[in-house]
This record gives sequence, C-alpha cells and structure tokens, in this order.
Amino acid sequence: MMPEAALQTVLIAMLGGAIRVSTPYLFVALGETITEKSGRINLGLEGNLVLGAMVAYALSFHTGLPWLGVAGAFAAGLVLGLLHGTICSLPKVNDIAVGIALMSFGIGIAFFFGKPYIQPQAPRLEGLALGEWSSNPALRQALQINPLFFLGLVIAVALWWALANTRPGLILRMTGDSEPSARAMGVNPVRVRILATVLGGGLAGIGGSFLSLSYPGSWNEGLSSGQGLMAVALVIFARWNPLRCVWAALLFGAAGALGPALQSVGISQGYYFFNAAPYILTLFIMVASARSGVAAHAAPGELSIVK
Amino acid sequence: MDATANLPPQTRGLTVTARRAAETLAISLGSVALSALLFSVFLLLLGKSPVQFFQLVWTGGFGSAFSIQNTLQRSAPIILTALAFAIPAIIGLTMIGAEGALVLGGFVAAITALPLIAAGAPPLVLLPLAAAAAMVTGAALIMLVGWLRHARSVNETISSLLLTYIAIATMNFFVEGIFRDPASANKPSTMPWGKENMVGAIPGTDVHWGLVAGAVLAVALWLLMSRTTFGFAARVTGGNPRAARAQGLPVGSIILTCTALSGACAGLAGFFEVAAIHGQANASLVAGYGFTGILVSFLARQNPLAIVPIAIVFGAIEASGGLIQRRMGLPDATSALLQGLIFVMLLASDALYGRLPLFREREGA
Repeated sequence: MMPEAALQTVLIAMLGGAIRVSTPYLFVALGETITEKSGRINLGLEGNLVLGAMVAYALSFHTGLPWLGVAGAFAAGLVLGLLHGTICSLPKVNDIAVGIALMSFGIGIAFFFGKPYIQPQAPRLEGLALGEWSSNPALRQALQINPLFFLGLVIAVALWWALANTRPGLILRMTGDSEPSARAMGVNPVRVRILATVLGGGLAGIGGSFLSLSYPGSWNEGLSSGQGLMAVALVIFARWNPLRCVWAALLFGAAGALGPALQSVGISQGYYFFNAAPYILTLFIMVASARSGVAAHAAPGELSIVK
Repeated sequence: MDATANLPPQTRGLTVTARRAAETLAISLGSVALSALLFSVFLLLLGKSPVQFFQLVWTGGFGSAFSIQNTLQRSAPIILTALAFAIPAIIGLTMIGAEGALVLGGFVAAITALPLIAAGAPPLVLLPLAAAAAMVTGAALIMLVGWLRHARSVNETISSLLLTYIAIATMNFFVEGIFRDPASANKPSTMPWGKENMVGAIPGTDVHWGLVAGAVLAVALWLLMSRTTFGFAARVTGGNPRAARAQGLPVGSIILTCTALSGACAGLAGFFEVAAIHGQANASLVAGYGFTGILVSFLARQNPLAIVPIAIVFGAIEASGGLIQRRMGLPDATSALLQGLIFVMLLASDALYGRLPLFREREGA
C-alpha cells in the first residue's frame, strides 16, 4: 500500500472509530459531571455501564425493540444511581468505597442474569448513514453514526445551557460549591445530591446500551474495558464542563480507536501505548493544574477529591 | 449509675475498648446476616434453596482439606492488596492503585527471572530477586502517587486510578511486543518460567507461600502501625496532617514510607500470582484483586490483623463458586453478586456506629 493511501485509511478508520468508541465515554462523562457538580463522586459508573449493556441487550432480544432496550438501560442505571445516592447520604459512609462496592454489585447482577444472552443475537441499534454522498466505502462505513452519539451531543449542549441558565442548574452548582449557602437558600443538599447521582447513573446506563446494541454490538462478560471507571478522569479532563466532556470523550475515543485503525494497515504492535496516552495526559493535566487557581475555580468546592 | 464508674481508670478504659469491639462485631455480623437474608429471598424468588446454597458455600469454602486449601490460596493476594490499601489509609490517603502495582510488579518479576533462569540460577537465588524486583516496582509506582500528593497536591485517588490503567497498558505493550512468547498464540504472555523454577507449596499442603507472606506482613505491619513511634506519627498524620506538620513530624517521609510499604505489598501479590500460579505474566494478572482488597480493608477498618480473617471469608465465597455452579445450576457470577451485596451492606452499616443505644457511652462511664 502507498504511504498516503495507508495514512488516509488510518485517518478514516480513526474518525469512525473515535466517534464509535467515544459514545459510551460521553455518556459516563456527562453522568459523572452531573453527579460531581452536586458535590458527590460516583466511582461505580462501571457497574451502571455493564448492567445497562446487559439490560438493553436482553430487552432488545425479547421485544425486538432496541430503543426499549436503551430505555431499560437508563432505568437500570437510575436504580443503581439511587442506591449509590441514598447510601452515600447516610452519615460516615465513604463514597469512594461505596462506588467500588456498587460497581462489583452491578457487574455481579449483570453477569448473573446475563448468562443466557451471551449466545443469542438481539436486534441492534442501526447507525444513520451519513456518508451516502461519498464514493469511498471506508468513509461511508466511518460515517455510519449511531443516533446515541447525537443524543449524547444534545444532552451535552442542553446540560451546559441548563447549568448556566436555569434554576435547577443554579441549585445544582450551588449545592456542589457550598453546602452552607445551599442550606441558607432553603435547598436540601441531600435531596439534590441523590437526584444528581440518580440522573448521572441513568446516563451511564445509556452509555452501556451503546456497548451491547451498537459497538461492539453484542453482550458478553468482557464487553466493557473500564470505560465507566475512567469517567472520573474524563470529568477532570473536561474540568466539569459538559461541552468539554464531548472533546474529552472524542480524544479518549480516538486514542482507543488508534489500535484497530493501525491494524487495518497491518501495524499490530505498539498501540497499547496509545491506549494509555489519554491517562498519561490526564495525569499531566492534574499535576499542572493542581495548584493553579484555574482548577480551584472549575472544581465543585464540596467534592471530596479536590478538598 | 453504671457499675464500671467505681472501677479504677485502667479497667474503665478496657471496658470502653471492649464495648467498641463489641459494637464493631455486632454491626458487622448484623450486616452480614442481613445480606444473607436478602440473598436468601433473592434465591427463593428464583426457586432455589437458600439452605442448600449456604451449605454449599460452607462445603466449598471449608468443608474439606481441599476446599480449605482452595480458600486460603485465593485469599493470599487479597490479604496483600488489602494491606496495600490499609497502610496509606491510616495516614489519610485513599489509594486505589493496588491493582496497577500488582500487575506491573508481577510483570517485572516475570521478566526479571527470565535471564536468571537462562543463566541457570537456582530458584533460591532467582525467586528472592524476582520478588524484590516486584516489590521495588510496586513501591515506586505508589510512591509516585504519594509524592505527587505531598509535593504537588495531586489527588491520590484519581492519580492512583490513572496509574493503574497506565500500568496495565504498559504490561500489555511489552507482553504483546518484545517480551512475547511466540508460542502464546491466543493469550499473549511472557516466556514461561517452567514448573521447577516456580514457588512451591507449603509442605504438606497445596497452598503456596504467598499466604504465609501475607499473614507475616499483616502481623508486622500491625506491629509497625500500632506499637511503634513511626506508627504513632503516621496515625497522627492521618488524623490531622496540619497538626502533625505543626508538631514537626516529617509528614513527607511518613507519606513516602507508607506508600512504599503499600506498593511493595501489592507488588509482592503480583510476584506470587506469577511465581506460584501462572508461571508467566499475561492478562490473567488483571483479576480485580486490587479492588477486592480495597473493600476488605474497609471492612477490617484498616486494621492489618483483621484483614486476614476477612480476606479468608471472601476467599471462601470465591472458592465455593465452582461447586455452586455445578450443583445448583447457578451462574458463576453468583459468588460475585453475594460478595457485592455484603460489601454494600457493610459499608452502609458504617452509618450505625455510635447510634445503637446498647453500645453508647453511658454517663459516668
């Protein structure tokens, strides 16, 4: 293959791959942003992601309606979020440990009930063919974009707007920045945090439905490669800003897509290093910004991890 | 009036300690019982017998010499990773990087041994060297997190999570690349050590020496943290870092020492996974022991001595998984589900401390 042609193949595969791989990242990042904006951290979104993937696949298999699967994944995520939100509202309970425990609980339920769905084929969510105008088959394939990606974009913009311009957005930010001022305004911080954790958990569930219904597009126990655990890193990367969550998700997605893209031109070694790149970058950003005023300004003041 | 009020102060102190211990025991056992009850309801709803289930957990975990050994075998890495969480937790650091230190430590041990094996070094030489390499690697990884925390105020929870991913990717990079055994087709691995170079079993059992290492380290670290000046300084640092600094305690070196000990424990767990179980490094090292260790340490309330029995209980639940799967037709995730439920209930029960009237400090006591 000519070097230019190879480069083109890699770039097109990267584009499609970045969008595909980034979609679950986008949902867990947005979910974690809502939760952390309220001053609480949920380290267990991996459990929501895996449970959402299983529920979505099972529902789609039984009903033939993949969108019902997405709704079911959202509901499953809400339930796990409610558990996390309620337990963490009890006094003296450590939110980080509860996150890890609920992660293993959620994954446990998903594997327990998911066993019968490993073999059968469920109807998948079809992508929108946005590449019809092109004669390049690789580009057409790359532009088969799943509607969930656009749903994620819409939620990101809506969340960004709502945080800045609406009363619930203001209450959420205030609760996360200063519990005493929230109380002074007559807001019940416990209720706000539970709601924010529930909603965040639901979004992570939708991210899981993408894994089983679109890409990779089947249910098995090795489906998630830790996208849910990385939500916390994504949100730091995005500085608690929903719009920047989109860029963070695309960047993490692109790094994850680089391996398969290189494989398509016969380079099969060394790409694990690129998989680690976003984590190294996040670490550098944390080191660089840990003491700067910028970070202190962006992070919710009540968040245990920035105190 | 409480009868203990008239006793000399020392005895009174003892009863307070005893009451605290009784409170911990009652709340923990109560949560486990409640988890078992909830799980029984769940099994009944599925039409399975809870009695048979818990009998099988007992049989599979402790019922025979074989199952006891199986249980102990599985608890060895959990003890070490729980210690890796507990030591930094005592100085107030929530370090969740044991998984990364285990994986990277195991990998470095696996490749350190290879040239030694090729040179014909006997196991008595190569095993300690490989173990030391694993411990140094794990210690370096977690010390980096501690240093970033101390010198740069980087949150240790997030940076240790990030370093875990970086460690796993690093192992994959090398195992799929220059250190790959060409014969390992489906599961890229480093060159195998060969049975004769691996860590053997404790004489008379099938349990490898990792269990002894875990138990000895648990006792040693308990002594260090609760009976020495260093341990006292560490606990003061955990209670109030600003006060510790004001008292002139060397907070920085306490953090580096504790993170080094933590990483060395996790690295040693990785060494035993390679040297006693797999004989090579591959993706099997990423088994989640680091995360189970965090929860076990929480349940032990960061007490190194309490970690050992709790890790054995969770080892037993894991060990009985196969039996439950065969006899009751339940999926192998059943034990993971039960573990998750117990973890959630025990962590939620933290809210009860100091609230049960039975264990409350009485007036005059």
